[in-house]
Amino acid sequence: MKRGLQGNEQEDGGGTSGGCQKTLKRSRKQRREKDLEDGEARWECLPQEILLHVFQYLPLLDRAFASQVCRGWNEAFHMPELWRCFEFELNQPASSYLKATHPDLIKQIIKRHSDHLQYVSFKVDSSRESAEAACDILSQLVNCSLKTLGLISTARPSFMEMPKSHFISALTVVFVNSKSLSSLKIDDTPVDDPSLKVLVANNSDTLKLLKMSSCPHVSPAGILCVADQCHGLRELALNYHLLSDELLIALSSEKHVHLEHLRIDVVSENPGQQFHTIKKSSWDAMKRHSPKFNLVMYFYLYEDEFGPFFRDEIPVTHLYFGRSVSKDVLGRVGLNCPRLVELVVCANGLRPLDEELIRIAQRCTQLSAIGLGECEVSCSAFVEFVKMCGDRLTQLSIMEEVLVPDHRYGLDDIHWEVSKHLGRVWFPDMMPTW
Amino acid sequence: MVINTIHWFRKGLRLHDNPSLKDSIQGSDTLRCIYILDPWFAGSSNVGINRWRFLLHCLEDLDASLRKLNSRLFVIRGQPTDVFPRLFKEWQINRLSYEYDSEPFGKERDAAIQKLANEAGVEVTVRISHTLYNLDKIIELNGSQPPLTYKRFQAVINRMNAVEMPAETITSEVLKNCVTPISEEHDEKFGVPSLEELGFETEGLTTAVWPGGETEALMRLERHLERKAWVANFERPRMNANSLLASPTGLSPYLRFGCLSCRLFYFKLTDLYRKVKKNHTPPLSLYGQLLWREFFYTTATNNPCFDKMDGNPICVQIPWDRNPEALAKWAEGRTGFPWIDAIMTQLRQEGWIHHLARHGVACFLTRGDLWISWEEGMKVFEELLLDADWSVNAGSWMWLSCSSFFQQFFHCYCPVGFGRRTDPNGDFIRSARHFMKGFPAKYIYDPWNAPDEVQKAAKCIIGVHYPKPMVNHAEASRINIERMKQIYQQLSCYRGLGMDHLWHFNHDDSLPSVPGNRMDTGNTSPKRNEAVINTPAFPAVQLQLVYEKSCVFGAKLELSSHHLNPIYMVTD
Repeated sequence: MKRGLQGNEQEDGGGTSGGCQKTLKRSRKQRREKDLEDGEARWECLPQEILLHVFQYLPLLDRAFASQVCRGWNEAFHMPELWRCFEFELNQPASSYLKATHPDLIKQIIKRHSDHLQYVSFKVDSSRESAEAACDILSQLVNCSLKTLGLISTARPSFMEMPKSHFISALTVVFVNSKSLSSLKIDDTPVDDPSLKVLVANNSDTLKLLKMSSCPHVSPAGILCVADQCHGLRELALNYHLLSDELLIALSSEKHVHLEHLRIDVVSENPGQQFHTIKKSSWDAMKRHSPKFNLVMYFYLYEDEFGPFFRDEIPVTHLYFGRSVSKDVLGRVGLNCPRLVELVVCANGLRPLDEELIRIAQRCTQLSAIGLGECEVSCSAFVEFVKMCGDRLTQLSIMEEVLVPDHRYGLDDIHWEVSKHLGRVWFPDMMPTW
Repeated sequence: MVINTIHWFRKGLRLHDNPSLKDSIQGSDTLRCIYILDPWFAGSSNVGINRWRFLLHCLEDLDASLRKLNSRLFVIRGQPTDVFPRLFKEWQINRLSYEYDSEPFGKERDAAIQKLANEAGVEVTVRISHTLYNLDKIIELNGSQPPLTYKRFQAVINRMNAVEMPAETITSEVLKNCVTPISEEHDEKFGVPSLEELGFETEGLTTAVWPGGETEALMRLERHLERKAWVANFERPRMNANSLLASPTGLSPYLRFGCLSCRLFYFKLTDLYRKVKKNHTPPLSLYGQLLWREFFYTTATNNPCFDKMDGNPICVQIPWDRNPEALAKWAEGRTGFPWIDAIMTQLRQEGWIHHLARHGVACFLTRGDLWISWEEGMKVFEELLLDADWSVNAGSWMWLSCSSFFQQFFHCYCPVGFGRRTDPNGDFIRSARHFMKGFPAKYIYDPWNAPDEVQKAAKCIIGVHYPKPMVNHAEASRINIERMKQIYQQLSCYRGLGMDHLWHFNHDDSLPSVPGNRMDTGNTSPKRNEAVINTPAFPAVQLQLVYEKSCVFGAKLELSSHHLNPIYMVTD
């Protein structure tokens, strides 16, 4: 910072006392006039808009330091535009290695900036205290008109470990006061049907995104209420037990906008669990209404629980099998998932998936990403597969152990063959073997 | 002038391929081979009894070999910075030699000793023999950065000059007239201590499954090569139940302590391959074990924070859970998952586990089930695993927890299914955990699902004689993969903000084309993309795995993703 004329030196250190205000203003004005003469720039004269722009690039801590420089910069620090987004990090030293948002900062935000906040998220570690602290803050955001709210567990889902009523009441404060919620991420929380009703009652016109995977207290009726009323909903994430034909029909109704993204987690609580089926006609209705929508399905099932799935055509685009999935099921996937874009198989068994892979290459003409772990595919079949869809594969992630050498290809030349058909250098994913 | 030499053994506990020793013997009148034992080391450091025992075996073996050459090993208690000035004076030393240690802590220690040596007028001879190559050259060839993917590493290796031949073994011919002054009190003053003397309780200790020492190492090398030749197959062996058991041809602990020279191993493998495959050029995969080791040494050598998450420029900052109770269950084999517990039991008892077993337990601790920091797992391995040294251990843990090296995180090892596929009968579990013997193969991997009659018949009630599973794997892995996705999604947010100085990500496309040794197979080798390898800085990238549109390879960035704007994160 350039040193000004003698009379202005007091300005350079920290904030000024009230008595110097007048002197300051005059000096500033004088200097500004002098600037126009000299053509020299002075930091103090930086217009607020520019300061704001610069501050937006600074991490919070640096901005806080900058705010200590002078009154002008301090004012800029507290401008509403800088407080639209905030991410509260709530960690306890006993359960996390990461630092938490300073409690004084939190107090200051609630006091001075709660009406500026629009995009807020809470990241909590696995301790109950952190989840409760998040809810305490939420309860105080009465003047907020939030557009986005995210409740994110960074480790174990601690929102599930706190008293449900405390959580619900905090959430309800936001739902009632915001009235313009557009995005809501409340996965792994004890949200329930009544609170969803409150959400809908206040935000049905604005809600576009709702992520609520693994919310065990919600019922199919609860989510149906959301779909019926929130016609602007474009993204939805939930568990399979909440999915129903009625829900899909509601999302495909004329009043409803095109759905862009539907994510469904199919999770088995106990081995041998029975899952209901969704009619093909419901999926067809969705497809007609929203021809481009992404249907993302995560399966965490035991091998023998796949009975109801993939019997009919289903418009799934992204499939993730988190546990072992049988050859048979993968065969059905090839037959019934023509829109498939991405396929990830964590584990299969020890019989080669050659036929199944080839079929998927033939029939899933949109496939562009595939990941295989703990399976077996013969090298020849794999090369065949890549020949068929190599030109559209942007992501080919195969664990090294998957490829079984045969009479035509060994492990040392397979990557070369595959690279040829992919048009870029490719290697399987390797794991250290020392 | 009389030349008195000290050779300082740290790793490199061998007389074959020991170029620093060999070179310093030239023209020496006296030679004393020393090993410095830090007196506080045994009690406080994180090293378990098996590792100490292995080390002591190595030292005894060295001493025995030196005896045959009319010399002895001098084991000296103390810290190097205290010991050396004393020895320089007492023994009138003018020459010091040791094998180069590439690890950051080693380099620092050696710099201090170099200084002391210079002050005392002692000439220092250092040679590289713990790694195949000069690691600094590898880094230089890669544009002054260590390669962060194994593929890139292999590509750079292909451009290096050939590995240097192992140095001649120290024999009496090599020693010639060089003598070692040995006093009568040598055993008392400088003898190799026993485990008891170091303060360990040895009652009930079983015989070492992995006996230490150069002699044992060389014997195993021969057996290892014999087995390969007999099989005439240099492919990666198929994993089966037997692979899990300690192998009499296993070499990793010997490579770590330096009882076996990696260069000797390298050349013997090459010779054997050429003999069996009639002079074809060996593929890089032949040296897999050695190259992985080299890879981790290279990434670690200039990074003193390599074994930490905080402050480590190549490590993704993941919000791991602090949970000492859960960690203890894992470390002590009380997780309730027989597969995991059997592996951890073998590790504790014998000091070695198969690399796929390592993947299984590492995944379980970190990104698979317990969501505990890889640093904790690394410390447990450091204590128990014979072949875990600083670079390789830390690097592997970062790899296995998907904290670095662009490792894909979608695949998670199931603590039930993975074991079952490897060893369907469950023999490994029965051998490690005898009280599980009564369980039939059907339930041995998930005994909590066994009906009461089966448990009673096996005389092992779950919850009483054996713990219930400490997590629900499906639930835990579901949650954890979401967490990993969140983290990687956030990283991709940094992309456009110029905040990539921390993350030197490697663009997949920057890989050069195929390595050069393809002449023999008749394929024309494409032009190598020289320019790419010499790029000084990694381009700010695209976390290679499309973290935008797809399911696991990147969840769709939501409509209103600016609430995740990293500028507002207070993690500073």
